[in-house]
Amino acid sequence: MPSVRIKDHWREQHLFDRRALVGAVLIVLATAGLIARLFVLQVVRHDYYADLSQGNRVRNEPIPAARGLILDRYGEIIAGNQPAYQLEMVPEEVPDIDATLAALVRLGLIRAEDVSELTRTIDSSRSYDSVPIRLRMSDEDVARFAVRRFEFPGLDIRTRQTRWYPNGDLAVHALGYVGAISEADLKRIDRAAYAGTSLIGKLGIESAYEQQLHGVNGNREVLVNAQGRSVERQGAFVPQMHTKAPVAGEDLLLSIDLKVQRAAESALAGRRGAVVALDPANGDVIALASHPGFDPTLFARGITGAEYRELQNDIDRPLLNRALRGAYPSGSTIKPVLGLAGLTDGVITADTRVYCNGVFTLPGSRHVWRSDKGEPRGMLDMPEAIARSSDVYFYKLASTLGIERIAAFLAPFGYGQLTGIDIGGEKPGLLPSPEWKRKAFKRPEDRVWFPGETVNIGIGQGYLLVTPLQLAHIAGILGERGRRFRPRLVTGTRDAAGRVQWLAPIEDAPVKGVSAADWTVVIDAMVGTTHCARYCGTAAAMFKDAPYQAAGKTGTAQVYTVAQNEKYNANKLPERLRDHAWFIAFAPADAPRIAVAVLVENAGWGASNAAPVARKVLDAYLLGPDGKLKPPAAGSGSAPATGPAPVPAPQQPGPAPASSST
Amino acid sequence: MIYEEVTSGSRTRRTLTGATRVLLALKIDGPLVVGLALISAFGLIVLYSASGQSLPTVWRTVARLVLGVAAMLLLAQVNPNFLRRLTPWLYVIGCVLLLIVDAIGHIGMGAQRWLDLGLFRFQPSELMKLAVPMMCAWYLHERPLPPGIPALLLLALMIIVPAAMVAAQPDLGTAALIAIAGVLVVVLAGLPLRIMAALAVLAALGAWFGWNFMHDYQRKRVLTFLNPQTDPLGAGYHIIQSQIAIGSGGVFGKGWMNGSQAQLEFLPERSTDFIFAVIGEEFGLLGLLLLLALYGFVVGRALYLATQTQDTFARLLAGSLALTFFVYVFINAGMVTGLLPVVGVPLPLVSYGGSSVVTLLAGFGILMALYSRRKLIGS
Repeated sequence: MPSVRIKDHWREQHLFDRRALVGAVLIVLATAGLIARLFVLQVVRHDYYADLSQGNRVRNEPIPAARGLILDRYGEIIAGNQPAYQLEMVPEEVPDIDATLAALVRLGLIRAEDVSELTRTIDSSRSYDSVPIRLRMSDEDVARFAVRRFEFPGLDIRTRQTRWYPNGDLAVHALGYVGAISEADLKRIDRAAYAGTSLIGKLGIESAYEQQLHGVNGNREVLVNAQGRSVERQGAFVPQMHTKAPVAGEDLLLSIDLKVQRAAESALAGRRGAVVALDPANGDVIALASHPGFDPTLFARGITGAEYRELQNDIDRPLLNRALRGAYPSGSTIKPVLGLAGLTDGVITADTRVYCNGVFTLPGSRHVWRSDKGEPRGMLDMPEAIARSSDVYFYKLASTLGIERIAAFLAPFGYGQLTGIDIGGEKPGLLPSPEWKRKAFKRPEDRVWFPGETVNIGIGQGYLLVTPLQLAHIAGILGERGRRFRPRLVTGTRDAAGRVQWLAPIEDAPVKGVSAADWTVVIDAMVGTTHCARYCGTAAAMFKDAPYQAAGKTGTAQVYTVAQNEKYNANKLPERLRDHAWFIAFAPADAPRIAVAVLVENAGWGASNAAPVARKVLDAYLLGPDGKLKPPAAGSGSAPATGPAPVPAPQQPGPAPASSST
Repeated sequence: MIYEEVTSGSRTRRTLTGATRVLLALKIDGPLVVGLALISAFGLIVLYSASGQSLPTVWRTVARLVLGVAAMLLLAQVNPNFLRRLTPWLYVIGCVLLLIVDAIGHIGMGAQRWLDLGLFRFQPSELMKLAVPMMCAWYLHERPLPPGIPALLLLALMIIVPAAMVAAQPDLGTAALIAIAGVLVVVLAGLPLRIMAALAVLAALGAWFGWNFMHDYQRKRVLTFLNPQTDPLGAGYHIIQSQIAIGSGGVFGKGWMNGSQAQLEFLPERSTDFIFAVIGEEFGLLGLLLLLALYGFVVGRALYLATQTQDTFARLLAGSLALTFFVYVFINAGMVTGLLPVVGVPLPLVSYGGSSVVTLLAGFGILMALYSRRKLIGS
């Protein structure tokens, strides 16, 4: 039994006071801890939390910059921007989304097969954000929706800037196109700079000059609440929000002349081929066509899988840029350059004659090289061999020169090299040499250069491959007697304020060591191609009555090797194995303003199939509306100059046109 | 000059004496009332901003304050001896009401915290916030202190039974506050240190065992409760946003009605449990220090009054009421600043809603009654 405890009031009071004191001390300590915590939050880490709070309340909405325009040399729009109508939905304002979509299908504004995709997009969007339901509505669609607008709460028609290619597929292979920003694009661009932008240059000029065209996006600070809704007031106050205006992209001023471009493309209509025309005195590309093309708008508005497959599986390969990426045997277009090589190396003179009996054999070989059509042309000097395109003459010349000297002479003209044009995707072609062959082949017996392969080079066959752009460039080098300008499409840029900055032409190392007399011999020989005098050139019929003097060269590139004991018969061969037709030219011959290369795939003879295309291009560029030669534009190429009233061109002295030849 | 000074001085003294007489007559403690009034006024100013400038909200709070002041004035007039004799009845009635609420909740298959008395809704758990410490103090009143083991076991029962019934509602926050109020009485009565240590060890052991027997998902739930930052979109969202609000307020705050976190609704429960963060955002560190100073003054004064009472019942009850008030403040502020897990405890006299304002002021009324009649007690 424990002793009975009696209440001791004094002791209990004392006990309580002690405990209360301890309590008070604990309260002070706890409060001190709380204040320390507040100090950490509000003083030490204030900046951090202030940033987080600012990030909470302010949303930066991008204002996309207007993409720069692309203009031809006379200021005609090749690529512009167009406000497009699109139907947008704010999901939270729509009472019944499924019913609304069904009604839109009935109205013919959306396709039934798109509904499930749209539903997914709507579900994954924030309920107060505007979701595009239908892009690029026609005026008719807009009108159809507008009259029933009241039936569709939460839906509205908005305008958005989209890329606009007013000429459809015209010059598409120079222009390229814009398309939706892809995963691959995201890896190389600054995402922040593209916030609010949905399109990016994919190919051609649109891609190469993406940085200039894109401009700088602006942004607008928007006050938002916790639901992400934009609001005006923050409590009792209307805070100051900042806006940074976008800077529009720069306009690109192209050297392309749309009139010439149209002429080139219409001349190619219905065929596969390419035309490149440039100003040899500065490298400005006047026309760059590859046919067939495609409509870049397909990509700008978002190409469907089916449409893309159709383009990709098209046997005519509309997506292939033949002008830059099509590598073909050069055919006889190599002959002026080889002739020049012979003259320069002293192997021949202009007067050196060779008897052309239609066939050529190498000593100790049973292989027979035939001349085209196998016709004997009799005794020929070098100019006649070029103008009439004698194969035997150049079989012999090539064989005499040897592959090493040929390769060394061809290289400065740009064979086997990129021209350096200011858009991407160019292929270098191929300039073969024994050294190249040693590296390119695996089996030892393939690595040896055979003399017969040199003979093939004589008429631009064998391993040699060139692109239409390269040949236009080479034609220009011939016309300029060795001066070499890097091809370019963009001659200047114009900023949003209208200030134009012209880009200087880039001159590359010229072809050296060729005497003026030898240049003259070869250029005259090329003039002979388009004229009839002592003899008729291969393209004389196509240049009959041209009001200017053109220097040209036909070419016919074999796709199919004809067996030794057979004759080439176009009618017997499937179309795709028939020869490619080439024509290169520059004009006027004495002071060239334009150099052109034309390729028509599987068309047969260069003279009859490619030369007429070249003639149309040259006419379009050189002739005024009266059909006479325009005077040369002052300071050609740098500033777009509208030609003054055409003056009658002086009649070029030239051989009288005569009747047909090959 | 001299004459005027004397006159004005005497007038001031007369006025003060008059006020003191009134307070004495009403059995009201002046400093405590001033402290409570300042806190409530500050609370109303903040509430106007935190509620999105809603005057109806402010008026409803004023109405509750008036009700609370009435309860305080009324209870201050009650003779402590009468209060003490009433205590067991109050406690029993409270327990029965809790039982009824639990039963209704059980039958109705849902959480139930109040009884609909037609005119107003009555929360028995609020009554128990006062009844439990009163009961503990009543039990210890006649006994020698510190209490022995059998007394402690009985006290534990007195605390656990109502707390468990409230927890079953389920309202863990209030259950914890009820238990704390009771435990504080026992601690103030001289609960031996070794028993406190033993209980702490026991609790730690229990936690360790519990942890080892838990499934992974249960552990995850506990961890999220203890550290909500691991779940930034769920349980962590409140506490992250409230820290941003307080931190971005800095020393001087963003200004009344100009806190972006509160006004743009990034801060959840901005006018109720998280109103402390609104003060931090709009009035800065200075505003919070002012508030804490006011709370400190009230708690200090209440504790002082408790030491001045003259019998065990009064001392223990008054001391417990004072300390419990601080516990409310500390739990709320600790939770909002991220020191403590998030439990639903309002900031006393400032947070909007509930009948806790009335209970709190009633508690202070009892405290004043206990203090003002100190000379009558025991005589």
